[in-house]
Formats: sequence, structure tokens, C-alpha cells
Amino acid sequence: MAQAIFIILSLITLGCALVVVTNRNLFHSALYLAFVFVGVAGLYFMLQAEFFAGIQVLIYVGAILTLIIFAIMLSRDLMNPNVRGFNRQWWAAAIVAGLLFVVLAVVLWRAPWPAAPVGEPSADFIAELGQALVSPAYVLPFEVVSILLLAALVGSILIARER
Amino acid sequence: MENIWTIENLWNAIGTVLRNWLAGFLPAWLVTLIMDLLVIVVLLAIGIVAVLVLSFMERKVAARAGDRYGPNRWGPYGLLQPFADAIKMLIKEDIIPHVADRFSFNLAPVIVTVGAVMTYAVLPFGRDMVAANLNIGILYFAAVGSLSIIGLLTAGWGSRNKYALISAFRAVAQLITYEVPVGLCIICVVMLAGSLSTQDIVLAQQERGWFFLLMPGIFILYFLAASAEMIRCPFDLLEADSEIIAGHFIEYSGMKFALFFLAEYIHLFAGSAMMVTLFFGGWLGPWLPSWLWFLIKTFVVIFVFMWIRNTFPRIRIDQVLKIGWKVMVPAGLVGLAITGFVDKLIADKLIAGVVLFICNIGLIIGVSYLMGRAQRRKEMAAEGAALR
Repeated sequence: MAQAIFIILSLITLGCALVVVTNRNLFHSALYLAFVFVGVAGLYFMLQAEFFAGIQVLIYVGAILTLIIFAIMLSRDLMNPNVRGFNRQWWAAAIVAGLLFVVLAVVLWRAPWPAAPVGEPSADFIAELGQALVSPAYVLPFEVVSILLLAALVGSILIARER
Repeated sequence: MENIWTIENLWNAIGTVLRNWLAGFLPAWLVTLIMDLLVIVVLLAIGIVAVLVLSFMERKVAARAGDRYGPNRWGPYGLLQPFADAIKMLIKEDIIPHVADRFSFNLAPVIVTVGAVMTYAVLPFGRDMVAANLNIGILYFAAVGSLSIIGLLTAGWGSRNKYALISAFRAVAQLITYEVPVGLCIICVVMLAGSLSTQDIVLAQQERGWFFLLMPGIFILYFLAASAEMIRCPFDLLEADSEIIAGHFIEYSGMKFALFFLAEYIHLFAGSAMMVTLFFGGWLGPWLPSWLWFLIKTFVVIFVFMWIRNTFPRIRIDQVLKIGWKVMVPAGLVGLAITGFVDKLIADKLIAGVVLFICNIGLIIGVSYLMGRAQRRKEMAAEGAALR
């Protein structure tokens, strides 16, 4: 049963991901991206990581995808089929994308994937996660990320401010 | 065998009997599958029945507020009116505008409705009566709610209509703005309850008292922000009929319009139910069975929303955003800090509750004072400009 659900979810996720990159209509790509995000959230659910599933939908669909769609809606000539899909800098984009692909492939290839189930997550998983974030091991990166977000917030207000 | 047939336990008993009957001649995995699907069907049915009731209730309340009769032709007191509406919706012609983006246009009502229905999974309808007692209940509710933004954007874009597009822009601005204060208020409740699960939040209120008594300031904040999230008046800028006609569903007709209508009222029901869960003790209450208490409280909250809709004028979109970012978000952050400090520093729960109540009253007075002062300053500046 779990296997069947996993296969269906993976097929939906991968299929939609394929459409995202092959579709010519940017807005449709963004909509398929929503299905990809929800599918990944479903995979998190299957791994019993409900918290990550919730955060995945909340952040990726609720915030990031909304901004992507907003950017698409504000760009010009989007639905015009005569506009070419590439501009003069396509080779630079191709190099960067290719490099990113190589890096990701190497990382995934070298990662020691656990062959056996690691075990059931504890019932108090969210509380443990919260405490781990402020434990000595992770508190520095956690605070650095907070300051980064604060800086981004202040920066955006500065840009938007009327003079 | 103990007697499971009490009114309190009625729905669970029906489920148990059905499960045992199915287990008699079906394999175990099929029984699980059928029972899970059945829960989904029941939740959908609750959604649709709730919409029938709410659409009738909305009209009657609006009629009462306007000193009219409201629907009174079909059935006693016009009670069959919602069925007439439903049939009308079903047999209406489905029109797709010539220039519309068909894919987005057809997908939008589906996203909106699915996102709305999915919220029902974590609503605690009664004791042991929640479809999925997730340990991330509230987070799930917020996450699924954010799906509807995508639906509204899709509808606004796919319709190829300037009013629909304006509505989509407003949807992004307003819904993202008010997600922040809603989230802050929910975190306050979660801190007091010590859990994200909706059932645990209800049980925590059994122990500590209903949270709207402990945190009236946070409750008022949540009430206003949630009504903006549910696109209820006075924050229904997305479908303001006097400005942008009907907003994102302007081009929709027939069943597709009905789906938007359905989603709107499902959101109203789910949002009110969540408010009852967070602040009014969910299904807690004496004498009556728990699920009845839950429904009664939810309908009282819904009535208040309808009452507000028929009493207050709509505010402008820039005012909506200004109040959201300049008043509600800072007030929510202050409330969050107060709740955290009081909850951690004072061990005794009764004293902590009293201190929290006093701090919340202080929060309400402080916010009202600051808003009043800002308003007076603006008026004085306007007078000064007029004199010059």
C-alpha cells in the first residue's frame, strides 16, 4: 500500500517537474511547480516528517511560488507566442545551470544513503527539533540566518521607502 | 460488550459498526481504504451541507439587518431556497471567455475548492472526532489555507479580465499581509497549549480556561486578521462589487462559479471552527454532546461575521494594507513577546493566566491609544495644510 502511494506520488512529482521545464508557457510552468511542491510535501508525509510537509507547503507554495507567479504576471509579453524563449545570454545561463547540475549530482552520488530504515521518529519530534535549533550545535547558524532575514527585511523597506 | 450507543459517541459508534461489518468479508487493507475514503466523503458532505445552511443563513441575516424578509417563497420560511440555488447553478450554461487561458481558467476553481475542503481534515468536530489528528494540525491548516492564494491568482490571470487581474494582485497583497498576524496569534495559542495538534489545544483549554479569556487582545487581533484571511467584510477587497465588480470570479458562470461560492463558505465555516478551537474551547461544554457544542459555537462565530458584514462599510485597499503592516504585525509581535515571557516566567498557571489577561488589556489600550494619536496627528497636519 505504502509502496503504491509512493510510486504514484513520485510519478506525479517527476511528471509535473518535467512539464515545468519543457512547457513554453511560463504561467503554466508555475502552476505545475505548485503540484511538484505539493508532491514533495506528500513524500515528506510518507517519511513521517509531517512538520516538514507543512512547512514545505507553507513556504514554497504559500510564499515563494506566489512571488514567482507575481513576477511572471508583472513581466511583459508573456503570452505572446512570437517572443523568443531565449535571449542573448542563454549560453551564460546554460553554463551556470550545468555547473549546478554537476554539483548536485556529485553531492547526491557521494551521500551515504541509509539502506535500512533509521527508525521511527519520536512522538515529541517538533519539540525536539525546536530545542535542537537553540542547542549549542545549531544556535550560531540559526541566529546568523535570523540576522540575514532581518537585513533583507530592512533592505527591502529601504528600497521601497518614498523619499 | 459496553454500550457504545450514546449521543456523545454517536458518529464514532456508526463508524465502528460499519468497520466491523466490512471486516467480516473484506481483507484488512481494503477495510482501511474504504473507511478512509468514507471519512473523506463525509467531510465533503459536511462541507456542502454547511454551505447550503450558510448561504440561507447569510441571506436571512442580511435581510434582518436590512429590515426585509429575505427568501420566503419556497418551503416554510423559504427553507428550500438553497436547493433552488444549487439547481440553478447546476443547469446554467458554462461560459469560457474567448481570450481566456483555458488551462488556468479551468484549473482555478479546482485549486480553490480543494484547498478549502482540505482544511476540514484537522477540525476537531468533537471528542475523538477529528479526521486526522496530526501533530502539526494548526500548521497544516495554515499551509493548506495558503493554497487558495494560488487558486485566486490563477483565476485572476486565466480570466484575462482587468478586474479579475486587479483582484488577483489584491489577493497577493492582502492575503500575504494578513498571514503574518494570523500566524503570530496562532503561535501565542500554541505556546500556551504546548502543542500544534488541534485536539491538544482543546484539551489544554479544559485545563487553563478558554484562551479568549486569557488573551482578549490576541483574540481581537486574530478575529480581525482572520476575517481578512477569509475575505470577509470589511476586508473583502478582493471581490469588492462596487470597485472591481466581483474580482477573480467575474468571468465564471454555472458550476465553476458555484465552486468559488462553495470555497468561500467552506473557508468561512473552517475559519470560524478554527477560531472556536483556538479561543473558545473547541468542543468543551457541559450537558450537551461535544459535537453539538462545537457546532453551536461555530455558528455563533459565523453569525458574528455575518453581522459585521451587514453593519460595517468596506475599507480601502491601502488602508487594509496599512493596518495590516503598521498596526497588526507590531501588535502581534508585542503580544507574542508578552505571551512568551509570562508563560515561561510564571510557573503557577492561575497567576500566569491573570497576568496574561492584564497584559492583554494593556495591549488593547496601548494599541488604541497609539492609533488614536496617529489619527489626531494626521488630522492636525491636514488642518495645518489647509490653513497654509
